[in-house]
Amino acid sequence: MSSQAVTSNKKRRKNYSAGHIIWLIVEYASLIFFGICAVLPIVSCVITAFKTNEEYANTNVMTLPQSWLNFDNFIKAFQTADMGRAFLNSLLVMVIVLFVSVIVGTQMAFVLNRFQFPGNALIRNLFLFASLLPGVAMQVTVYQIMTNLHLVNSLYGYIIMSCGTDVISIYIFIQFMENIPLSLDESAIIDGASYWTIFWKIMLPLLKPAIVTSCILKGVGVYNEYYAANLYLQKKELHTIAISLYTFVGPMGSQYNLICAGVIISLLPALIVFICCQKQIYSGITSGAVKG
Amino acid sequence: MAATAAKTKKEKKPFNLVKWAKSRQGQQLIIGVAFMIIPLLLLFTFTYLPFGEMIKFSFYKMKYSTPVDKRVFVGLKNYIDVFRRDDCFSALKLSLYYVVGALIQLVIALYLATILSFKVKGGNFFKGLMFFPFLINGIAVGFIFKFFYTRGYVFDTVLQWCGFNIDNLPYWLKDQSVNNWSLVATSVWRYFGQNMVLFIGAIMSVDADLYEAAELDGANKWEQFKHIILPSIKTIVTLNVILSITGSLSAFEQPYVITSGANGTGTYFVIMNEIAHTSQKVGLASAMAVVLLLIIFACTILQKLFFKYIFRDAESMDESYAAKRARMKAEKARMKEEKRRIKAQKKGAAV
Repeated sequence: MSSQAVTSNKKRRKNYSAGHIIWLIVEYASLIFFGICAVLPIVSCVITAFKTNEEYANTNVMTLPQSWLNFDNFIKAFQTADMGRAFLNSLLVMVIVLFVSVIVGTQMAFVLNRFQFPGNALIRNLFLFASLLPGVAMQVTVYQIMTNLHLVNSLYGYIIMSCGTDVISIYIFIQFMENIPLSLDESAIIDGASYWTIFWKIMLPLLKPAIVTSCILKGVGVYNEYYAANLYLQKKELHTIAISLYTFVGPMGSQYNLICAGVIISLLPALIVFICCQKQIYSGITSGAVKG
Repeated sequence: MAATAAKTKKEKKPFNLVKWAKSRQGQQLIIGVAFMIIPLLLLFTFTYLPFGEMIKFSFYKMKYSTPVDKRVFVGLKNYIDVFRRDDCFSALKLSLYYVVGALIQLVIALYLATILSFKVKGGNFFKGLMFFPFLINGIAVGFIFKFFYTRGYVFDTVLQWCGFNIDNLPYWLKDQSVNNWSLVATSVWRYFGQNMVLFIGAIMSVDADLYEAAELDGANKWEQFKHIILPSIKTIVTLNVILSITGSLSAFEQPYVITSGANGTGTYFVIMNEIAHTSQKVGLASAMAVVLLLIIFACTILQKLFFKYIFRDAESMDESYAAKRARMKAEKARMKEEKRRIKAQKKGAAV
């Protein structure tokens, strides 16, 4: 009796599967197609990076290399482009920029969100307006200012500029703070806390998710930034990882086995970070965009 | 309040300064100034100062190295040049390619996001694969695709596997009829995963009950997409469409790194960069930047207006939405009830 119900249920599911199966096939076919599109350029680079010069010259690019243990290109690329140095520079830039923009950004957001004063709206609008200005266009005149301030060809000049051109994170912080109840501040004040303490002891710890988000967005941006880096860090010993690859333009322009090795090295850190904090990166991208 | 605080401060200055500093107003002022001075200084130095300079420079004929007194005031000549010079104006038209590319990218992203929002085997893996290109820096992307498109290399090989004859294939980066599309494709490659992740985030925020209810009602995937997913992520899609237009106007990285703007691939920013830093016509470059900014502002204002209109629309949508949801819930309950009744009947019949 109840088995009857089960069979009828099964039947229903089967009917419904006919269209379902086609949809499933379409689904997986498109996933596989776009997945291949996404990795093919990278995979071809990996294949080429393991080839010796003769192999590279004599075989088709998609032929697999004879040995997957041929790391010569990687070593040579690492040395030619001085990538060790470049990694250190990138790390330094990233650590300082992230630190400064988190501290400065949260402080700014704290003042704008918690204090009422004439000019509050004006300052918010100034930041909003600034976020509309496209970076490359601004560099036409920022370059002049950087020259006048003697900040060209100096890693610290570049760092200061990178801190200054960040405005988006303030919005993430403000948005997040709006959800922290004011009564928390009030009760802390009644307990005798100063605003200074409120900021460091209450706000900053509560802002942790927003800080992670902004660090991810900003971190990706800083690690990959190359236009300004290329403009202001011309000396080879100042190169960040993004522009160290430029070493391969010119004399080694067609030695793609070497270039590919360099490219792979430069994206390894991104890959490792991505694998480790996939979730945070996705949520960072999502919540960073919601602000509109 | 602030005025009285200032008054008391004036009356008994030495004694009250500390007290004032500890009062709420005092604290707010001190903390406010201390916390805001650095960001405002940075904002001024790297945004508003260059912005003002840019407007000023756009009226002059000058180089970076020209001393202030040697700059020649030329009035609106630079602006007229922006529209007269072939390289500037045709570059502006190139952005249409990128607009089309960006729209294709949004459609792909939306499609994949819809697939990945439901339970799919290996969904996370695919999501990761497609998202990763976003994390690669522009120069590496440039090298990867220079290599990818080179005659007889990766792309040609793959097409040959698919049965194309290499003699019929164009030179992807040299042939003027395809090279802009090749560059647009790299930009789609780089950003579609990121867009997809955005859309997945938006789709996930839709109440899962809705899908269940719709499925019980017999809605297929397309109907679910049209009636549930699309309305609820309309805002973020519209936002991305508008952003993609402004983004297309400022397309820069792909042509700059891959072709350096050769063979008719120089977009507006590539040309501007060249004029500013290679030919050192700072005045003209500034005028170009100002023109672009004006276009972007116009787009932004349109976006604001559009959203005002859409928002009203969306709210009314939400209402009907809630009604729909209530209806679906009721229907679900009804179906359960019916099932139970049928079961009971069958039971009765069996007995």
